[in-house]
Amino acid sequence: MKTYLLLAWRNLWRNKRRTIIASASVFFAVLLALVMRSMQEGSYDYMIDASVSMYTGYIQVHKDEYWDKRSIDKSMEVSEEVVKELRAIENVTLITPRLESFSLISYENATKVASIIGIDPEQENRMTKLKEKLIKGNYLTENSNGLLLAEGLAELLKVDVGDSVVIYGQGYHGVTAADRVPIEGIVKFKLPDLNKTMVYLSMSYAQWLYSAPDRITTLSIMINHIDNQQAVYENVNEMFDKNYEVMSWAEMMPELVQSIEIDNAGGIIMLGILYVIIGFGIFGTVMMMTAERTKEFGILISIGMKKGRLAFISFLESLFLTFIGVAAGVIVSIPLLYYFYKNPIELTGEMAEMILSYGLEPILPFRFAPNIFIDQFLTVFIIALISVSYPLLFIRRLKPVEAMRK
Amino acid sequence: MSLIEVINVSKIYNTNSIPVTALNEVTLNIEEEEFTAIVGPSGSGKTTLLNMIGGLDNPTIGNINIAGTDISTFKTDAMINFRLQNIGFVFQAYNLIPVFTARENVEFIMLLQGESKEKRENEAINLLKAVDLGDKIDKKPTELSGGEQQRVAVARALASKPSFVLADEPTANLDSVTANNLLDLMEQLNKEQKMTFIFSTHDARVIKRAHRVVTLRDGAIESDVVKNGILANSD
Repeated sequence: MKTYLLLAWRNLWRNKRRTIIASASVFFAVLLALVMRSMQEGSYDYMIDASVSMYTGYIQVHKDEYWDKRSIDKSMEVSEEVVKELRAIENVTLITPRLESFSLISYENATKVASIIGIDPEQENRMTKLKEKLIKGNYLTENSNGLLLAEGLAELLKVDVGDSVVIYGQGYHGVTAADRVPIEGIVKFKLPDLNKTMVYLSMSYAQWLYSAPDRITTLSIMINHIDNQQAVYENVNEMFDKNYEVMSWAEMMPELVQSIEIDNAGGIIMLGILYVIIGFGIFGTVMMMTAERTKEFGILISIGMKKGRLAFISFLESLFLTFIGVAAGVIVSIPLLYYFYKNPIELTGEMAEMILSYGLEPILPFRFAPNIFIDQFLTVFIIALISVSYPLLFIRRLKPVEAMRK
Repeated sequence: MSLIEVINVSKIYNTNSIPVTALNEVTLNIEEEEFTAIVGPSGSGKTTLLNMIGGLDNPTIGNINIAGTDISTFKTDAMINFRLQNIGFVFQAYNLIPVFTARENVEFIMLLQGESKEKRENEAINLLKAVDLGDKIDKKPTELSGGEQQRVAVARALASKPSFVLADEPTANLDSVTANNLLDLMEQLNKEQKMTFIFSTHDARVIKRAHRVVTLRDGAIESDVVKNGILANSD
C-alpha cells in the first residue's frame, strides 16, 4: 500500500505546474463555495433571529388550537414551576408570557381593530427591545393601568400621550372587555403592519380587562443560537401534553421559511454551476493525466500490474489532487470566515437604508459552523470521485499492445 | 516439451474492415537457455509474434504453449499474473517508471509478486550490482544514461525470476559501445544464469551475437538458423 501511495504521490508531481493549476482551481472553487454558503446561511440566521426577536421568539407554547383560533378562550394557566423548568433547559435565554387578543380601540369618532397584548414589561423589553421603540411618553411598569400605542395607530386615531382611548372586545368565556385607558407612551415599529395595530398593556391590567386572571395565551421562548433550536424544541415538547401546542418559528412564520427556501434554491443553483466548473476542471486534468500516460499504463500492465491496481493508483492520484485543493480551500477559509463571522461586513448607501427601513441592521453576516465545511468538502470529493470514473473505465478497456504503440 | 511452443499461429487484424494478416501459420519451438533473435523487415510480424509469446495479444488461429500451458485460454487478470510470474520484458524505450529510483523500479516487480520488503530490497540491490549499477541504485531514470536505463530494465526483467526474457529492439536507442555492453551483460546472464532471451530486432549487433536467428517475412518464417550450422526450419 505504501508503495502505491508513494507512486501516486510522485506521479502527481511529475508535472508540477499542471498539478498546481488543477489544485488551485479546486482551491479557489472551494473557497468561493464556502464564502458564498457561509454568507447565505449567515444571512438566513440573521433574518430568522431578527424576525423572532421582533415578536414571536424561536419557540412558543400555547393551549392546543390557540394558533388557529386566536381566541382568548384558548388561553392557559402556567405555573411558576413550569416556567422555572423551561428556563432551566440548556440554551434557553429568555421566556416571556403574553395575553393576546384582538379588540376595537376608539377615540372620539375613530375606531380601529387592534392587537392588544398583555406583557411582562421587563421580560418583553429583554426579548423585543420594546423600550427602545418608545418615541413618546413612558414605558409600562408591572402594575401600569395605561397602554403603549403603536405610532401608526396613534396617527390613525389622532391621539397622543395623555389621551385616553376606549378598548372594547370580548374577554374570557364571552365576558365583555371594555375600559377607558390612558396612553402612557407611543412606540414606533419599522414594520408597517405592526405599527398600525399594536397596543401593549401590563399583564396584570390585561388579565383584569379580559377577565382572565392568571391566564396567558402565549409563552414565548428565546434561545442563544438557531443551531440549538431543535434540541430545545424537543425538550419543551416533552414537557407539555397534547392539551398544549409547542410551535417552532418555522411553523409560526411559514412565509419566512418560504422566502428563505426560494433564496436558498437560487444559491444552490449558483453552487451547482460552480460545482460543474470544478467537476470539469478535475475531469479535464484527470483526462490529460490519463491520456499522456497511455503508453506507460500499457507497459505497467505488460510487466504484470493488474488493471485493478493500476486503476487504484490512478484513483489515488485524483484523490490527492483534489484533496490538496479542498484541504487548502478549507484551511484558508477557516480564519477568513471566522473573521467575517465575528466582524460582519457593514453595508452602506441605498442598500443599507433599505435594510434599515425593515428594522434590521445593514450588515452581511456570515455563518461559521462545521456543516458548511463538511458539506463543501464532501461535495467536492464526490465530484472528484465521479471524475475518477474516466481513468477507471479507460484502464479497464486498455489493451496493452495498442497502448504501447502510442 | 519445449519452453515455448508456437503452434500454427495466425494473427489477422481488421483495419477499417479490411483484414490484414500479420502472422500466417507460424510454428516455432524455443527451448530453455536459448539466445534467439527474431528478425525481419518492418511489418514482417516480429513484434506481433513477440506480443503473442508474451501474452500481450491473442492469436486469431493457433495456440501458444509456455512450459506446457496454453496461454491463449487465459482471461485478462490470469494472463497478467502469468506474465508477472513467467516473463520478463525489456523494451526499446526502456519504459521505466519515471518517478521511481532504479532500485524502486526493480523492486516494483517483486512488490507485485507479493515479496517481503527486505527480500525486495536485497534482491533489487543484488540485481543492480549484477548489471553494474551498484553505485546508482538511488538515481531516477532521468539521472541515468540510455544504456544505464536499459540495464535497469534488464534488472527489472530479471527481478521476477522469469522463465524467459522478451526483448523488443533493446539496443535500438543505444550507441555501439553501450549496445555491446548491454549485449555482453545479456550473454553473461544467458550463460551464467541459464536465462532464455528472445529478441525482436533488426540490429546487426544483436543478430551477430544471437545463437539462433528466426527470420520473418510477410508474417511467415522465412528461415530459422542456429549458429552452429544446423538449419532448424526454413521455407
